[in-house]
Amino acid sequence: MPMRSIWRTLDPGLARDIGLVCLADGVVGLSYGAISVGGGLPLWVPILLSVVVFAGASQFLFVGIVAAGGSPIAAMVAGLLVNSRHVAFGLAVSDVIGGGWRRWLGSHVMTDENVAFAMGQDDLKHQRAAYWAGGLGIFVCWNIGVVAGGLAGSVITDTDVFGLDAAFPAVLLALVLPALRDRSTRTAALVGVVVALAVTPFLPAGLPVLFALVGLLFYRAEKPAVEVTR
Amino acid sequence: MNNTPLLLIGIGILAVGTFSLRFAGPALRSRFEVPERAQQLLAAAAIILLTALVATSALTDGHGPAGVARPAGVLVGGVLAWRRAPFVLVVVAAAATAAGLRLLGVP
Repeated sequence: MPMRSIWRTLDPGLARDIGLVCLADGVVGLSYGAISVGGGLPLWVPILLSVVVFAGASQFLFVGIVAAGGSPIAAMVAGLLVNSRHVAFGLAVSDVIGGGWRRWLGSHVMTDENVAFAMGQDDLKHQRAAYWAGGLGIFVCWNIGVVAGGLAGSVITDTDVFGLDAAFPAVLLALVLPALRDRSTRTAALVGVVVALAVTPFLPAGLPVLFALVGLLFYRAEKPAVEVTR
Repeated sequence: MNNTPLLLIGIGILAVGTFSLRFAGPALRSRFEVPERAQQLLAAAAIILLTALVATSALTDGHGPAGVARPAGVLVGGVLAWRRAPFVLVVVAAAATAAGLRLLGVP
């Protein structure tokens, strides 16, 4: 699909929703940049991480560990653990990303948000539009936010005051709800939630979410639609 | 903390590793024909991960519980989403609920 047609495929409602998430991500980026510099790290550290790693949770973890005096190697291992869920995302949205050069760029802009946006669309064309618009938009907003936050320093360090920490789970919840209307998927997801919450006190960040995949044991794939309607 | 070479090594490996994790799925899928059933299973896996991410990020902070304001905000957003409210309303209501509760001194 040519890049230009992505923008034509996006309907105004979806474009607005994606824009809102990009904006919110920009504000979180602002706080990440400010926290990093406020924690004593040079400005290039949060900026470089945002461009080459581009995965919010792992970046917060990385700068948190390093700023607290921890080893960058330990921070790297923790970051990789948190990002391991992207393997499953990549398997699910492979067709959405596309082949050739798109696979390289598309993989780099893979986030929780744009994967969820893509999964919420009905056909491949709209999935692609949502994935790419979300991924590229978030990449741009996130990085602008990080640079601005890093330069501003300790202006905004606590986005919890604005309730943004509640906005992000709500965004993902709104995006996965349509898929959870399917009973089998819902059962599997709920089992996953219980398992993830149960192991959270005992495991390092990133692992509990992976344990949720135990829920797959409770998933029964539907029979092909043709057989059902007959 | 001021060990710049070590910092660069850490960031570099994290970058390459994260990209590899993201790239692995599409790279594997392009080599093999994936049957319909398996594709459904992979889609379900992504939904399960995202749902678990919702739960852990809404209810936990580090290894402990997240307090009251954040879960309450997510709950309000979730109910609105379930009632098919506009996405903007879901996001703003979730944030406003959490922010409002904190303003009142709720953790």
